[in-house]
Amino acid sequence: MSIAITTQIICFTILSLVTLIGALGVVLLESIVYSAFLLGGVFMSVAGLYLLLNASFVAAAQVLVYVGAVNVLIIFAIMLVNKKEDLKPINDIKSRRIISTSICLTLLSLLIRVDLTNVWSLSSPQNSIGEESTIRIGEHLFSDYLLPFEVASVLLLMAMIGAIVLARRDVMSKDISTGLPVDQELIEKSSEPLLTNKN
Amino acid sequence: MEYGLDLEYSFNEFLKGFGLSSEIAHIIWLPLPMLLVLVAAVIGVLVTVWLERKISAAAQQRIGPEYAGALGVLQPIADGLKLLVKEDIIPAKADGILFTAGPILVLVPVILSWLIVPFGQNLLISNVGIGIFLWISLSSIQPIGLLMSGYASNNKYSLLGGLRAAAQSISYEIPLALSVLAIVLMTNSLSTIDIVNQQSSAGILSWNIWRQPVGFIVFWICALAECERLPFDLPEAEEELVAGYQTEYAGMKFALFYLGSYINLILSALLVSILYLGGWGFPIPVELIAKFLNLPINAPFIQVFTASIGIVMTVLKAYLLVFIAILLRWTTPRVRIDQLLDLGWKFLLPISLANLLITAGLKLAFPQFFGG
Repeated sequence: MSIAITTQIICFTILSLVTLIGALGVVLLESIVYSAFLLGGVFMSVAGLYLLLNASFVAAAQVLVYVGAVNVLIIFAIMLVNKKEDLKPINDIKSRRIISTSICLTLLSLLIRVDLTNVWSLSSPQNSIGEESTIRIGEHLFSDYLLPFEVASVLLLMAMIGAIVLARRDVMSKDISTGLPVDQELIEKSSEPLLTNKN
Repeated sequence: MEYGLDLEYSFNEFLKGFGLSSEIAHIIWLPLPMLLVLVAAVIGVLVTVWLERKISAAAQQRIGPEYAGALGVLQPIADGLKLLVKEDIIPAKADGILFTAGPILVLVPVILSWLIVPFGQNLLISNVGIGIFLWISLSSIQPIGLLMSGYASNNKYSLLGGLRAAAQSISYEIPLALSVLAIVLMTNSLSTIDIVNQQSSAGILSWNIWRQPVGFIVFWICALAECERLPFDLPEAEEELVAGYQTEYAGMKFALFYLGSYINLILSALLVSILYLGGWGFPIPVELIAKFLNLPINAPFIQVFTASIGIVMTVLKAYLLVFIAILLRWTTPRVRIDQLLDLGWKFLLPISLANLLITAGLKLAFPQFFGG
């Protein structure tokens, strides 16, 4: 066994262990802040797995989008609303846990089935594109994947407008969905300076 | 353009001369450039700290450090030693794990980004295909470390500082990436080596700063904002927030923040010089000098000369920019947080978008000047 392959196996083991343990931590930990930070770790190790697959552009994009944007915003939101109060106990927590576990197990079995039925091996290792992948991704985005790409951008635009409407309730006197006048108290609360009421 | 010193090849050949296999030679080679760059980064920080002290003193008509070595050159080392031997304090109500992990998460991405900084044709750790994109994505990790340390300190000033740092970093990343994209559009490549080579045809005249003046200014402003230096040092604005996210930190953990911010400053200056000021290129092309002296470009003397000129030019350009950054820090007032976000979202973002659009148009209209 050559040194390169040994290194690859060691890296793969570490990365997948970090991914699995981190993902379990995200789900099982009580503290939401720890969950959010662990989620960042999971994203990072997934990016590492992409690197092992020679997909450096996808890895960097994963870091930029998921760690740099999504995860930072999640943590940002958690910290903006972070209040030192215990979560209310939920009555039917047991049945909820059973339902969510069964849904997750179903999804897992679906993934395992995909893994077993798909043919993963490339026809020849020379076909892997490696460093060329950036150019290939660009070509695909502007040819056969143009429509999904544009639809995704429209979706993001819609989400952005929705977020702005939700955040700027003060510009509207009427609630959009119900037609009732907007609760002015809510607006005042949101424009209060941060942390004045803390403790 | 495949010439230049290839130290890795010669080193491997040298080791193979002792009967080692090429794999072992490669493993012995691997840590050397990394160590070298790490040492270069740390020495760069020491020099920058000294410059910061001296230039700020000059700006305020003081003398500055004087007793530690000639002109106070040993002062940064004394600072570093002091921070090394200081007690490591974790506040009683802080979150110990996150408190320790925060500074590490701030420092590591910055050091990793040195992977792509070239000092010459073959003088960089790794010519990865995604090049400059690696730096953009790595620099987006930093706000997580800042948020982490701000939260873990359990201090309202720290939390506010961390939140500000994240907001600032997110808003300035977009114009930064867009102005880099304009350069990439002209180069047809993400690799830093290709970006420099594309600017090397006619010496100082072919540098990107002439073709991308708007991009240069936008990039420089955003780079300063990403480094959290005055006029954009809101996360640690001392009059409002004590010291922002580093309020509770002392000793080596504080030193990590300090080191991280200065390494980031040097890295930003290096990247500005690579993207806009021709990287390792001499203002007059070396090929012209060689032709003038009637020497072949592959002569060993010319090779060594080119390599050393390259290193000197890169460092010189970077330190010129560091000097400007230090002058800016000690002569400009701080902006308010709303002004900062306004500047980022309402001014720099539209301008950099327009710059990208115009660059694309010019590239189609004049392919010989703007990269075909």
